[in-house]
Amino acid sequence: MDEKRLSIAELRKRLAEKTGKGYWRSFNEIADTEEFREFLGQEFPSGAAYLDDPTGVTRRTFLKIMGASMALAGLTACTATNPEKIVPYVEAPEEVIPGEPLFYASAFPLAGYGMGVVVETHEGRPTKIEGNENHPASLGATDVFAQASILDLYDPDRTRQPERKGLMKTWADFVKELADAQASWGDGEGVRILTGAVTSPTFASQIQAFLETYPQAQWHQYEPAGRNAAHLGAQLAFGETVDVLYHFDKADVVLALDADFLSSGPTAVRYAKDFMARRRVAGKPEHAVEMNRLYVVEPYMSNTGVIADHRLPLRAVDVEHFTRALAQKLGLDVEGGDPEKYGEWLETLVADLEAHKGSSIVIPGDQQDPVVHALAYAINQALGNFGQTVTTIEPVETQPVDQIESLTQLVEDMQSGAVKSLIIFDGNPVYTAPADIPFNEALKQTPFSVYVGASLDETAVETLWYIPRSHYLETWGDVRAFDGVVTIMQPMIEPLYQSKSEYEVMAALLGEPNAAGHDIVKGYWQAHAQTDDFDKFWRVALNQGYLDGTQSPKKAVTASAAAVAKPFNNIASEEIEIVFRPSPSLWDGRFANNGWLQEVPNAITKLTWDNAAMMAPALAERLNLSDGDLIVLNYFDRSVEAPVLVLPGHADNSVTVHLGYGRHVAGNVGRDVGFNAYAIRMSHKPWQDTGVIFTYTGKTYPLARTQDHHLMEGRHLVVSGTLEEFKKHPEFVKEETEYEKISLYPEFAYRGNAWGMTVDLSACIGCNACVIACQAENNIPIVGKEEVMRSREMHWMRIDRYFIGDMDNPDVVYQPVMCQQCEGAPCEVVCPAAATVHSREGLNDMVYNRCIGTRYCENNCPYKVRHFNFFQYVDVDTPSLQLMRNPNVTVRSRGVMEKCTYCVQRINAARIRSKKENRPIRDGEVKTACQAVCPADAIVFGNIKDEQSQVAQLKASPLNYELLGELNVQPRTTYLARLKNPNPHLTEEV
Amino acid sequence: MSQIFHPSLNFIAKAMVLGIVILLVVGSVVSYVFVRSPYMRGTTIAREQPVFFSHEHHVGELGLDCRYCHVNVERSSFAGVPSTDICMGCHSQVWAKSPAIAPIKESMETGEPIAWNRVNNIPDYAFFNHSIHINKGIPCKECHGRVDKMGWTRKTQSLSMEWCLSCHRNREEHVVPREEVFNMEYELPKDPAEREALQAALVKKYHVDINQFQVTDCSVCHR
Repeated sequence: MDEKRLSIAELRKRLAEKTGKGYWRSFNEIADTEEFREFLGQEFPSGAAYLDDPTGVTRRTFLKIMGASMALAGLTACTATNPEKIVPYVEAPEEVIPGEPLFYASAFPLAGYGMGVVVETHEGRPTKIEGNENHPASLGATDVFAQASILDLYDPDRTRQPERKGLMKTWADFVKELADAQASWGDGEGVRILTGAVTSPTFASQIQAFLETYPQAQWHQYEPAGRNAAHLGAQLAFGETVDVLYHFDKADVVLALDADFLSSGPTAVRYAKDFMARRRVAGKPEHAVEMNRLYVVEPYMSNTGVIADHRLPLRAVDVEHFTRALAQKLGLDVEGGDPEKYGEWLETLVADLEAHKGSSIVIPGDQQDPVVHALAYAINQALGNFGQTVTTIEPVETQPVDQIESLTQLVEDMQSGAVKSLIIFDGNPVYTAPADIPFNEALKQTPFSVYVGASLDETAVETLWYIPRSHYLETWGDVRAFDGVVTIMQPMIEPLYQSKSEYEVMAALLGEPNAAGHDIVKGYWQAHAQTDDFDKFWRVALNQGYLDGTQSPKKAVTASAAAVAKPFNNIASEEIEIVFRPSPSLWDGRFANNGWLQEVPNAITKLTWDNAAMMAPALAERLNLSDGDLIVLNYFDRSVEAPVLVLPGHADNSVTVHLGYGRHVAGNVGRDVGFNAYAIRMSHKPWQDTGVIFTYTGKTYPLARTQDHHLMEGRHLVVSGTLEEFKKHPEFVKEETEYEKISLYPEFAYRGNAWGMTVDLSACIGCNACVIACQAENNIPIVGKEEVMRSREMHWMRIDRYFIGDMDNPDVVYQPVMCQQCEGAPCEVVCPAAATVHSREGLNDMVYNRCIGTRYCENNCPYKVRHFNFFQYVDVDTPSLQLMRNPNVTVRSRGVMEKCTYCVQRINAARIRSKKENRPIRDGEVKTACQAVCPADAIVFGNIKDEQSQVAQLKASPLNYELLGELNVQPRTTYLARLKNPNPHLTEEV
Repeated sequence: MSQIFHPSLNFIAKAMVLGIVILLVVGSVVSYVFVRSPYMRGTTIAREQPVFFSHEHHVGELGLDCRYCHVNVERSSFAGVPSTDICMGCHSQVWAKSPAIAPIKESMETGEPIAWNRVNNIPDYAFFNHSIHINKGIPCKECHGRVDKMGWTRKTQSLSMEWCLSCHRNREEHVVPREEVFNMEYELPKDPAEREALQAALVKKYHVDINQFQVTDCSVCHR
C-alpha cells in the first residue's frame, strides 16, 4: 500500500491542476490510482474476494455452508404451514385499536436536558420517535440520538435484573442490603450521591429530601460532556451562573467560536431550525431573498463549519487568542490579542459585526474554555446583543457546580476512606472520569457502592451493586429543556426487564422501596403545580408534552471582561494540541452499544465503527502519516493507540479525537470498538491542550469509511454558488444543469397524485438524523464493520460529502441521496422478475417478494441507491428486536434488493385516511421519515401536481436542478443548489 | 465391434422423447391446476378452534351484527378478533354454565388470552386494510363468504394475488350500498341494467376513485 500511495504534496499539486470549481470527494479520487479506478468500475466491490479473505471463509467451510443451505432450501418446501394464531386481548384497553398506531408525547433526555418527542406505538410497542412540534427544543424535529434511542430500549444486551458483584439478584435483595447499610448511615456522614447534570424537578426534590434526611451526606455531579465551561464562563463574566440563550431567528451575522451549535448539544435542533429559517432562499419572492451570514473559527471541521460562509481553521487553544483580538478590535479592555495576525479576515468580521449591532451573535462552543465564554459574553454585550439576540435566564440545571471540582473532591474523599456509601446515578464514571482522577481505584476503597445505569458497563462491574436503569420510554419522569420548559415523561411500555428508574431507586434510599415511578412524579407535581384542577393540569401536561409557563425566568446581568482581561493561555504556535470532543455518533460513550449509531457514517469523515486521530493534511504531511497509520498519542505520561485520519479543513498543528469509543465493558455491539480517548483526557484541560506527542507504530489499521462508496462514476453532482451570483444571475443553476431531453421510452400514463421531493443543499447540516430516522421507520438492518468495508451498508439514504477547492480550508457541500424515484427509471427495465415497477403516482415500487436477487437493477441505477441483502442482515430471531419493527414495512431477508420507497407506508396510510373522509390528501399530510426529522427543513415532500404545494413551489425555484440531468431519467427528487452568502470583502477566499 | 444399442431401442427412444414432452405438458397443467385447487388454497378445510364457536349460530340464528365482535373493522386495517370480555358480555349470563363456555371463563379468570387459529391469512409482505374496503361498500361476504352458514369457520376465497386483482381491476362490480355491507342476506339486483345503474351511482356516491388512482399498483399492497 505504502509505495502506491501518493504523498500529500503530490495530491496538493494535482488538486491545484484541477480546473473549474474543483469538487472532490476523497484523496483517493484526486490520486486517481489504478486501484481506485478498479474500485469505481466494480459495482459490488470486493464481492468476489470473499473466498480470498484469509480471515473469512475457506473453501472447506464454503462447501459446508453451501451444503447446509442446499439442504435447507430443499427442506423448506416440505414444511406444512402451521396455522398462525390470533391472540386477542382478554380485556381490550379502551384506546388501543389493533392495527392503528397511537402517539404519545414525552421527552428524550440527554445529559440532563430534554427534547420533546412524540412516540409512535403499535399495540403498546414504541416503534418510532418523532419531534414534538410545540416543544421549544424540538419544533417537530429531533437529533440523531433521539432517533436511535428506540434501539437502546430493545437492545438485546440489556441487563435483565439487579446484580451484586456479578451475581443475579432481585430488587428485594437489594432493598434488604440497603436497609442494613442505611442502619449505620446516621446523619449521612460518608454517604455520597453522584449524578450527571440534573434538571428534573422531581429528582432534584428527591435529592433535596435525601440531603435533609442525611444532612452530612453530599451530592456530587459529573457530566462527561456537559456544559461546565459555559457555566464557569458565566461566572467569570457575570459573577453568577446563568444560562445564555441565543435567538438565531433574529440574527443577521453570527460568529461561532469553536461552536458546533447546529448539530451538537441540547440546543442544536432548535438553533438549526431558527438559523436555517433565516437562510432559506428557494421559494421566496425575488425581492425578499436574503441570507444571514456565518463566520466560524474552529479546529475540527464541524457541521457548523461546513455551513459557514467564512471559516477560519484555528487550533482550539488559539480561539482564546482570536477572541481577544476580536474584543480588542471592538474596543474592549482586554490584553493578549494580536489583531494583526488575523488580518483582513478579522477586520471584515469586525466591520460586519459592528454594522449589525443588536442583530448579531457571537456564540462560544460548550467545549471551549470558560475564558472564551466570558469574552464572548462581553463581546455580545459590547455589540448590544443582550436583550435582542442573546438573553440570559436562571440556570436550567438544578445546581450547576464545577463538575470537575465536584468529581475531584469525591474521589479524594473516597481515597482517604471518608466515603462509606456511594450511590452513582448513570454517567459511567469509571470509564468517563478524566485519566488523572483515579475513580476506579478509589471505588475499591468504598465498601458500599451502588450503580444505577442503563447498561452493564465499566462502572457496573466495579460497584458492589448494579441496578439496571429503566429506559426513558419505560418510565415516568420529568426533565427540563434548554430553556427550562418542563416535560412530564410518560412510559410507552412496562419495563421489559427488572429495571428501576432513578426516581424509584432514590425513593428506596428515602425508605420507600416500593414506590412506583408514576406516584413519585405525580406526587411531586400534585404538591408543586399551581392549579386548582390538578386532573386537568396533568392531562394537558401529558397530552401536549410540556408544561406551560415553566421557562426559566429571565435574569438581567451585565457582562464584564474585567476578570478575563489578562490572557489565560500563552501557547507557542508550533506546539501540537489535542482536542477532545463528544462523538457526533456516540456522544460521551453512552450510545456505544447502539448499532445504528455505530454504523452511521460521520458526516465529514464518513468513518463508521471507529474513531480516529483527525489531523490536517499539512500536519500529516510533515509527520509523514496517512490514513489508517497507527500512532501512539502520548500526553502527560498516558498514552493510547489511535489510527490517523487526514481531514481536509482541519486546523494545522491540531489533532481531534472523539470520546465515547474504546469501551471494554459493553454489549456485543460496542465492546472494544475504536480507542478510548478518555485514557489521555486530563481534568485540568478536559477539552483541549497542547503537549501531545506522537509516535508512529509502523502498523496500519483498517478504517471503514463510506466516502468512496456508491460513487456516481466520479461525476460531480452538486451545484453551488453565492447569494450575490444568484441575485445577479438567477438562472445560473439552470444553465449548468439543463440538457436536451431525449428518450426512447414511451410516455407513462400518470394518474392521481404525483409524489416528488426537493432537498435544499443550502440547508443540509449533515446531522445524520434523517439517516437514522429512515433506518428506524423502514426496518433497515446494520451490517457491521467488515461489511461496510465491502460497501454493503444498507442505509437507504446516504449523505454524500463533496469538498471544493484546496485541502487546507475547503468548502464542503453535503448532499443527501436516496432513491430519486425516476420517471424513466433505468432499474425497472432491466429487472427480469418485474420486481421493481412503476406506480401511477410516480413511485418506483419495490416488490420484495418478487425479487430474485439478480442485482441488475443496482447495476443500472445511475444514483447507486439500491442496496442488496448479501446475507441475512436482519435479526429476525431475537424477541426484543421483533418488538421494535415497524409493522407496516416488510422485513427483508437475504437475497433481496431494497431501496427508499418515499415512505410508501405513510403515503398509503394518508391515502386511506383521506379516502375515508372523501377528500384529497392535504399538502404536508404525508411527511417522509427523513423530512419529519430534519432540523433544517432541508427535505420537502408532496404532490408536485398541486401547484400550491410547498414542494411544487420549491421545484419552480431557479435553484432547482436534477441530479445527472443529462441522463433524462426524470427523477422525482430534485435538489436546490447550495448558496452561500460570503462577505464581498473576502470573496477571494470562497 | 458390435452395436451397443439394439435397433428396437429406436422405438423406445422415440417414445421417451415424446414421453418427456407429454410429461412436461401434463406436469405443468397438473401443477397449474393443483396449486389453484381448493385443497391447496385451503378453502375446503374448516379449521378447529380452541372454543366451540359457531358463526352459524351467532350470525345466522341470533342475527348478531359483525361489528359486535369485530369492533375495529370500520376503523383499522385489522378487523379485530373479540377480546374475552366481549364474549363474557353475554356469556356471563347466557349459557354461563355450559362446558362450551369453559375456555372463555378460564381465560377471563386467568388473564390468559385465547389463541384462535387464523383462518384467513395473507403473507406478511402483503398489507390489507379492512376499514377502507368497508368504507367503500365492499361487503364482508365478498371475501369471507356466508359465515352465517358456517359452523367452524373456513376460508371461502383463495386470497391469492390473482383473486385480489380480479376485484381491484373491476372495483365498480363489487360495490354494494354501505348499509348492506354487513348484511349476509343482501343480494344485488338480478337485472344487469338495474345492477349496473345502482353500482354506478354508488361508485359516485362513495367517491370510489376508479379513474384516477390505480389500486393495481404494487405499492398499494406491498411495501
